[in-house]
This record gives sequence, C-alpha cells and structure tokens, in this order.
Amino acid sequence: MGFLDIDNTTKSYGAVEVLHKVDISVEEGEFLVLVGPSGCGKSTLLNMIAGLEEISSGEIRIKDAVMNGVHPSKRNIAMVFQSYALYPNMTVGQNITFGLEMHGVPKPEREKAMKDVAGLLQIEQLMDRKPGALSGGQRQRVAMGRALVRNPDVFLFDEPLSNLDAKLRVDMRTEIKKLHQKLGTTIVYVTHDQIEAMTLSTRIAVMYGGYVQQLGTPQEIYDSPANVFVATFMGSPAMNVVPAKVAIEDGKPAAVVALHDGRSTTLPFSQDNLAAWNGRDIMLGIRPETITDEDAADRKSSNIAPMTNRITVTEPAGSDTFVTMTLGGKDVIARMRSDADVRPGADFKFLVNMEKAVAFDPDTEMRIVP
Amino acid sequence: MSVATQDTAIRTGRVTRTLIYLVLLLFALFYMLPLYVMLVNSVKPLDEITGGGMMNLPKVFTLEPWAKAWSSAQIGVEPTGLKPYFWNSIKMVVPAVIISTVLGALNGYVLTKWRFRGDTILFGLMLFACFIPFQIVLIPMARMLGLMGVAGTTWGLVLVHVVYGIGFTTLYFRNYYAVFPTELIRAAQIDGAGFFQIFWRILLPSSGPIAVVSIIWQFTNIWNDFLFGASFAGADSQPMTVALNNLVQSSTGVKEYNVHFAGAILAALPTLLVYIVAGRYFVRGLMAGSVKG
Repeated sequence: MGFLDIDNTTKSYGAVEVLHKVDISVEEGEFLVLVGPSGCGKSTLLNMIAGLEEISSGEIRIKDAVMNGVHPSKRNIAMVFQSYALYPNMTVGQNITFGLEMHGVPKPEREKAMKDVAGLLQIEQLMDRKPGALSGGQRQRVAMGRALVRNPDVFLFDEPLSNLDAKLRVDMRTEIKKLHQKLGTTIVYVTHDQIEAMTLSTRIAVMYGGYVQQLGTPQEIYDSPANVFVATFMGSPAMNVVPAKVAIEDGKPAAVVALHDGRSTTLPFSQDNLAAWNGRDIMLGIRPETITDEDAADRKSSNIAPMTNRITVTEPAGSDTFVTMTLGGKDVIARMRSDADVRPGADFKFLVNMEKAVAFDPDTEMRIVP
Repeated sequence: MSVATQDTAIRTGRVTRTLIYLVLLLFALFYMLPLYVMLVNSVKPLDEITGGGMMNLPKVFTLEPWAKAWSSAQIGVEPTGLKPYFWNSIKMVVPAVIISTVLGALNGYVLTKWRFRGDTILFGLMLFACFIPFQIVLIPMARMLGLMGVAGTTWGLVLVHVVYGIGFTTLYFRNYYAVFPTELIRAAQIDGAGFFQIFWRILLPSSGPIAVVSIIWQFTNIWNDFLFGASFAGADSQPMTVALNNLVQSSTGVKEYNVHFAGAILAALPTLLVYIVAGRYFVRGLMAGSVKG
C-alpha cells in the first residue's frame, strides 16, 4: 500500500477505452514522471488523480482514502498547469492565497503562508504585480508557489516547463529537482520530454496508446527497456534498433548484422539465453553512445566487439560528434567524442559495447529478457 | 534614378491620399447632414422654419423648443412633454440591460466551461432567437404577459426585452469564454472555488470588453425599440420612442417642427452617451498576458 495508489484504473469515453488498467503505486516522497508521446493518456491520468476527470473503473487512493468521486479541492492535491493558469485579474499575492481563501483560512495565516512561499521561491518582490507583467520564468515560479502554499499531499505537474525557452527550461528543471530534494514532497509529473523524465524522476512510467509500457527507475528504463517503444522513446538520439540474425560462434550466441555493402559482421552477445534463438531473426538494440572509436571504448566492459563500417554522415555537435552509418539496412547513429577522427565516406573501425546491447523479439517487439 | 522614382511614388501617394480623404469627407458630410438639420432647426423659432430655408443657421437662437419638448409639449392628450416617458424608458432599459447581460454571461459560462450533453444544440436554439422577427412573437407574447399578470407594466417590458436579448448576450459571452483558458477554471476548482465563486471571482473580472459590447448592444436596441413599447406598454409605462411618435403625430393645428426636432435629439441622446462613455473600454485587452507570454 503506497502513498498514492492507482489501482487498475481505466478511463473510457463512451465505448472507447483510452486508458487501460493502469496500476501504479507511489511511495511518499517519490517523484513519479509520466512520460509518453501526445495522446498516450498521461495527462488524462493526471487529471484523474486531480479529480478533473472521472474514473471509469478501478480506484485511486491517496493515503489509503479512496478518491473516486471526491471533489478536486477536497483531495489535498495541488496542480501546476502547462499554461500556469494564473488568474489574470488578481495580483501574484492574491493568486497564491486564493486557494487558502477558498478553504476558509483566516487572513493572518494566509499572509504568513504567502510570505513563506515567496521567500522559498524568491518572488517576494513580485507579490503586488499582475501575472501579465511577469516573464515566463516568473509566472512559472508563481504557479509553483500557488501549489506549494497549500502544503498538499501530492503535487501534480502537467508539462510545466514546455512553455519556457530552452535555456530557462533547464534552469527550472534543476530548480524543481532542488525543491523536491528540499521538501521531500510526493510529485506526479507529466511530460513528453524524455530528458526531463530521466533527470527529475525517481521512477518513470512510460506510456503509449493508453498502456503503461514500463514502470521503473530511470536506469532500468534506459538500460533494460521492456520493448522497442520504450527503447526508442527514451534516449536522445534514440536507441538504434536493427534487424539481425542469431548465430552460435565459439559456443556463444552472436548477432549477425548486414553492413553497408551487404557483407555481414558478427557481434557476440553477453546474454547466454539468446542461444535458444539460434538461426532466428531478432531486433538488435544498440544505444548510440555504446558505439565508439577505439580510444573511447568503455574499459570496464567485458564484451567489446569491433566492427568496420562505412561512415555516411558526420554531425559535429560540439561536445559530441554524431556519426551515421548503414547497418542492417537502416541508418544507425553513433555518438562519438568530438575529436574522433571520422570522415564521411571513409571506412572506420567502430567498437560496439555489446554488454549494453539488448535483443527484441521481432514479432512481439518485447525485449528478450536474460 | 531611384530618387526620381521615389519622388513620383510620394507624389502619387499624396494625390491618392488626398482623394481618399476628400471622398471620405464628402461621405461624412452627407451622413451628418440629418443631424445638422435637426440641431439647427431645434434652436430656431418656428416661423424661421416655416418661412423656408431648412439648411440656414438660426437668425434667432432659442432653447425654448427643447424646454417645450422636455416638459410641456402635447403627448397624446396630456401636455406633459417627454420627461415622464424618458424616466419610463430608463426604468425599463436599465434592469433589462443588466439582467440580460448577467444571464448571457452565466449562459456563456455554462455553455463553455460546464459542458453537458446537447449543449451545442441548446446554444443553436438560443441563437435562433436572434433571427426571429419581432412581429411574429407579438400575439403569443401578449398572451403570455397577460397570463403572468404583467401586461401593460414596465416589468412586462423588461421581461420581453430580456427574453429577446438573451440570445445575443449568450452568443457574445459564449464566444468570448470559448477562448478563455479552461485551465484557469480547473485551477480554481482545485483551489476550492465553487460554481459561482469561479464566475464572480475569475470569469467576470476578465469579461470587461465583452460586457461593454453586450451593454452597448442591449442598451441601443432596447432604448430604440418602438414595436414592443407600442404593443405592450400601458399608459404609464410607455417608453420614450412611443412618446416621440405621439408627440409628432398629435399636434393640434400647427406642426411644431422645432419641438419635434428637439424631442428626436432628446430621444437619441442616451444611446449616444453610452457609446461615448463605454466606447473607450471597447478595445481594452484585459486578458493580455494572462496565460503564456
């Protein structure tokens, strides 16, 4: 029994089920991120926790109290919206204390709570301004202040950073993380940005098509994706997934992959149970950063496989250089250090860290679990 | 070369602009002509008008026709002037405008933020009210007013105008609130505000521009209405427009054109005033920067 339980919860509009049996249990102080492409049901789930959408079946419990049918204001939650949703006719101070006023908190207490929050977020000097006179980052802070002042059990964030420009977004991300570490609050955070999900969360629920595809720590999600969708959605650039065939080489299973010119190369697996797939097709997943040049290979890895292939495109990005090649008939991206000696059109000896490689069943697209 | 072309460009620009302004000026003059005639003739003694020369400026300036139209002209059988009818109109227009605007705002709020099954059909039906000609509803309306016991009273007229205006005000507020961010309503809900608290505290304070539009529209229409006033008003609730008609129709002997002109201007003054006072708030973007920047 967790702090916030989402128990076999579904959402249907008429006969259409948009959210299928979601089952997540959040512990106190956890930072859960719901991530997925638009239309995956993540915002719907958040709104159901908030009480802004009805629960079609199943239960949502906060501190063991069933929330089905409970009014949003009585759930002791606070929400930060994508558009900030600051009341345009009220000052910042009034915005922050409106919720307290509606809950009948006497004025002196409201003032005190407002001062505390303003101090915490460093927005004291903005209290008498209207939201229209604030910058994006300031509005974001005020919106968070409005949530914090209520001292709720659960904070809900609905894509709070997506309206900010890139630089500010990174700053606010750090700020939210700091705030979470400082206050130890329970947070459910919706985003479509996988980097936000990775950096902020203690756990991630990757959603797609109304299903939770995988629930786990950022590391689990990144290193052991449950299926091809999770593998390609998380990580930037995305994980390379190429068709391959399993063969036994020196008694060990290995992936046979076509190179750019139709010849093939053999990459030995670290995963012994793939021997059972001998002679069958699989999908091989390789993260871009596990394909390197000779100098940058991970020295701790027990399984580095060489592979010579032709470079099609190089994209220097300052800190890294992205190298594109053709592997298994697909474009594969390698993330190399910026001073790697790579030239388009040249043959190059790559090293692949096969310890990190994953294999997927091509029919179900599920990962073949070791 | 380029300098020369630039010169020509400016010259043609000037010529066209002068032409445009000239034409506009002509139109404006033409459009203002009736007002001029009314104003000029309302401050002349009657014999100056009957002597011809409607367009001439007054030789003798007098405010006597205005005073007469306001307080002593013959309206029907009573020599009361327009004064009592002016107050009748005010007593009818003010509540009718306020009630229809508030109801329209509430309707718009419900139709956009508390949507329910069939709300678009309901809104469509309300819109229908905007297209029904006045004449069609006269007889059923008279029957309804009789049944409700408000026939011939100011409140009866208020009711008629509210019912007729609600279609328009609902249309205005619905369209305005349709683009009002729903997230604000949701935030207020989470903050614990109820249905009417959200309406009074969040929505209405942000509705300035559309409220002004609604008030101007309703005020003008209700003040200028003649048909309902003539059909449903009793002797002591007749509005200004009906009285003006009676003033012009019921002259004994000579037609006092100067008094008629003054009366007509008096009848038109309040709507003019509403435009001048409220027009400033027309374009205020109260919502600027409320959501994202």
